[in-house]
Parts: sequence; C-alpha cells; structure tokens
Amino acid sequence: MLNFLAKRLVQIVPTLFFVSVLIFSLQHLLPGDPALVMAGEERDPAVIAQIRAQYHLDQPIPVQYVYWIKGVLSGDFGESLRNKMPVLELIAQKLPVTLQLAAMAIVIAFLIGIPAGIVSAVKKGTAWDYGANLFALWGISTPNFWLGIMLIFLFSIELGWLPASGYVPLSENWRASIAATIMPAFVLGNAIAAILMRHTRSAMLQVLESDYVRTARAKGLSERTVILKHAMRNALTPIITLGALELGTLLSGAVLTEQIFSIPGFGKLIVDAVFNRDYAVVQGVVLTTATIYITLNLIADIAYILVNPRLRG
Amino acid sequence: MTDTTLGTSASLAAAETLESPARRAWRRLIRRKGAVLGLVVTALFILLAVFAPLIVPYDPIATSWSLVRKAPSLQHWFGTDELGRDVLARVVFGARASLLAGVISVGIALAIGVPLGLLAGYRGGFIDGLISRITDAMLACPFLILAIALAAFLGPSLGNAMIAIGVSATPIFIRLTRGQVMSVKVEDYVEAARAMGNPRWRIALVHILPNILPALLVQATLSIAAAIIAEAALSFLGLGQQPPAPSWGSMLNAAQRFLTSAPWMAVWPGLAIFLVVLSFNLVGDGLRDALDPKAR
Repeated sequence: MLNFLAKRLVQIVPTLFFVSVLIFSLQHLLPGDPALVMAGEERDPAVIAQIRAQYHLDQPIPVQYVYWIKGVLSGDFGESLRNKMPVLELIAQKLPVTLQLAAMAIVIAFLIGIPAGIVSAVKKGTAWDYGANLFALWGISTPNFWLGIMLIFLFSIELGWLPASGYVPLSENWRASIAATIMPAFVLGNAIAAILMRHTRSAMLQVLESDYVRTARAKGLSERTVILKHAMRNALTPIITLGALELGTLLSGAVLTEQIFSIPGFGKLIVDAVFNRDYAVVQGVVLTTATIYITLNLIADIAYILVNPRLRG
Repeated sequence: MTDTTLGTSASLAAAETLESPARRAWRRLIRRKGAVLGLVVTALFILLAVFAPLIVPYDPIATSWSLVRKAPSLQHWFGTDELGRDVLARVVFGARASLLAGVISVGIALAIGVPLGLLAGYRGGFIDGLISRITDAMLACPFLILAIALAAFLGPSLGNAMIAIGVSATPIFIRLTRGQVMSVKVEDYVEAARAMGNPRWRIALVHILPNILPALLVQATLSIAAAIIAEAALSFLGLGQQPPAPSWGSMLNAAQRFLTSAPWMAVWPGLAIFLVVLSFNLVGDGLRDALDPKAR
C-alpha cells in the first residue's frame, strides 16, 4: 500500500511538470507578440519595452518559464488583463459556483444512473433493460448545450416555472439558488448518468453471475436481499470511484452550460478569458483544472484500494 | 457464363471454410439492429453533405429581409432564421462542416497518436516514460477545455478548430495504441518475426499494427462522435466555422437569442447534431461487439 502510494506520488511530479510546460507553451503558440496585445491600442514603444522587461519577455523562453513557474508555485498566477485582479482571486471567486453545480449534477447522475443500471441488469432483456439502454444512448449523444436551450424553452419560456438564466448564491437564498441551478445541473448530470448507467449495468451483470450470489440465492434469501445486499455492494464500489473521475466531463460540460444559463462560474470564466485574450486567466484555469483532476485521480486510486481488501498488501 | 457461375460458387465455398476477419466482423455488425440504423443514418448524412446543392433549392447564405424569422411553412419546411435564410438549407449544408470536422480531427489524432503509441509501446524504456508522462499531462486537462484553449490561441476558424480538437483527442489514441502494443508484442508471432531477423519498424508496422486495428477502429468511430460535438461546441462559442458559413453549433448560438420568437431555429440544428452523434455511437458500439474476440 505504502509502496504503491509512493510510486503514484512520484509519478505525479513529472505529470504536473509536463502540464505546466504544456500550459506555458500555449501562450507561445500565439502568432502575435503578447507585449503588443498588452500595450493596447496606442502601441507606445516605451510602454512595450516596459511590458517586455516587466514580464521578462525579452529573455529566452526557458528563462521565462522559470519565472512563470516560480510565480505559480508561490501562488502567483499573474494578473487578469481585463479585471486587473490576481488570477488566483478570480478563480477562488468563481470555483465555488461551479462546485455547487458539479455537486448537484453528481447527485442527479447517481440518482438516475445507478437505479437505471441496476434495473436494466436485473431485468436483462426486458423492456426495462431496453429503455435504460436507450436512455444511456440518448444521454451520451445529446449535446449538452442543445439540451440546455430546449430546457430553457420548455421550463422558462413555455411553462414559466424556472428562471432562464442568472445565479443566486446558496447562502443568500437557497430556494432561488436551487431554482437557478437545477436546469444546468440536470444538463450536466444527464450525460454522466448515462455513463454511470452503462458501468453499473455491466458491473451488476458480472456480479449477478458470481458464486457468492448463487450461494446467497441457494440459502433461500429473497431476491431483494440478494440484489440489494450482496450484489449491489460489490458492484458499486468501482462505480463510486468512477463518479469522482467524471469531474473532467463535468468541468468540460460546465463551460457551455454556464454560458447558456449565464452562470458566473469557472466555465464562463475561461470562455470570457478566451474572448478577451486574457491569457493569464486561461493558463490559470487550465492549470487549476488539471491539478484538481490529478488530485482526484489519486484519491480515487487510494479509495479503490481501501474498499478493495484484495489490493492491499 | 458457366465460368462466372462456377467462380462465384467456388469463392463462396472458400468463404465458408476460411472467412476473413474483416468479412466476419461485417457479418456480425449487420446482424445488430442498432448498428445498421447507425450506418444508414450516417450514410444519409454523408449523402446530404455531398449532394447538398442538389437537395435544397435555397442558398444557405442568401439573406432576405422579407423572410426574417418565418415559422416553418410549405416553402420553408424548417422556417427561416434571423437574417431570412432558409434553416433547412443551412442544416443540410451544415452537415459538411460537422462531418468534415469529425473525420479530419480524428484523422489528425490517429496520425499523431498511433505512431507515438507504437513507439512508446514497442521501444519501452526512457522513450516510453517520456511519451507516457506527456500523455498523462494532456489527459489531465479536460478534453473540451484543452480544445477551447488551443482553438483560442490558434485563432477562430474551422481549420484551427479541427487541429485543436485533433490534438486534444490525441492522448487517448497514444494510450490505447501503447496498451495494445504491450499486450500484442509478447505474442508468439511477434517473437517469430523477431527471430526471423525482421527490422523493428517492420515488426511494428507489418506484424503489430494490423492486430491492433480493431481496437483503433472502435475508438476512432466513438471519437468521431465526440469530435462532432466538440466542433459544434467550438462553433457555438464562435471559435469554429465563421459566419456566414453554416454550421450547426453557430446556428444554435443564434437560435438562443431568438428562443422566444423563433424556437424552430433551435430545434433542427440540435436534432441534426444529436442524430449524427447518435449514429456514430451506435456504429461504434456495434463495432465493439462485432470485433470482440471473446464474444464469438
């Protein structure tokens, strides 16, 4: 166990290093001179020279990288050109909004995906199974921004039940907050529910054929007890770690979903930054996402070992 | 006449005794209703894209002030948009951007990913370590966020969107190829090829690559579906196909602004994306089952 952990931690260091190189080099793919972009309309040579010196743009690229990574490691992600705010502060402001959406989406995904997967495995080959599989195909194939637009049309314009856009913090008014986020959370959760359903179904099918389930049935336990107590517990452990790994899908999905529902979260931050050519923000957001993803991956690995005694050693 | 008849029956007999793997996979694929449906819909959209000018009587970019946001009618089956353009014409011509983006970006991902995966899997050692860590780094950035960031830095255009999507999809193919190579390279036939003194590149290309093609084909089909959604997403954000050229993503963007007065503008392009993506997913799922050696 400790050996494995140490090995995983050692692997993370080069991965994070390459992530940082990747993100840093994004800026250098840019055809223009960043100093020219930052200097604005006037392009005063003195200002450009000053910007070059300030951001070390007059130095060789590897040296620039060292300056940049030094800043990042001490929590300085640079400053947003648009908001004149430290990037880290912007991220800290927007991330909780997206985390609320993500948490709601995961709950929705588990509530739909796992029961659907169990039912379709237990009732394999019936209309239930067929229906659940159709649902999964629909969830995987529907572009989430289209689903969002259609939900706005139905629930906001036609029925007038929910607000079409905007965000209210949970601490301010929880009812309004849920009303504003339930549609985007459903849009995000829908796709993950489909993935969870497929995995739950195949895990359940495998477990239902195992010896201990046959033993449980042979003991005369009710089918309900066999499925809920014996089969489900064993089938679901890997699914729960899978749920954690779907965070990447969630963050990708949040980009468009937040755009459609005008929710001022992490996803909207990156889109706005892209259009304002606010590169420090783009880099900061991608780096934060990657770090969260890598950390969750590690936690999922550890959790997997903890719940699976056979892997401890 | 007799000769050809004889020839056919002879080849049929041969097929029965020794069916090629590709033919067997095809036979198993077309037994699946979902996969056949997917193939038919995909073929339909390809035909629409290729013969677009012959199918729709309207120019997809011709604007008309007298036809702004008209509801679906006999003249304009899908209605008209905010500039008086025929929505059906734009959906049909939009198939070109979507299918092209799906196929070309996955082509880019294959062209970069497969050689790197072969190299990493076959050579091992330091090169494998380096390629694998870079792959991990790319996989740590969510696919769409990476594509958006790349597209933004490259500049908005359909070509750049394809490059951005292709590069973002590359790590999946590196990892898949590497894993497949690792499991195939210990097989006896690879050992035999090595014993016969074949050079490494020849073993990789002639002996290993054909055996990992099925897995690559399945992943490529499913990736086309993901790439089509990604292109629509980038175009929706204004980072893909540029106006006035039609694309489903940018049509949805415009539609969102007129959702109250012209909801039909949002229905059709979304439905088109859904159908194309669904059919590629159906074909991909079908291929996976048909090519699975365990399910014979």
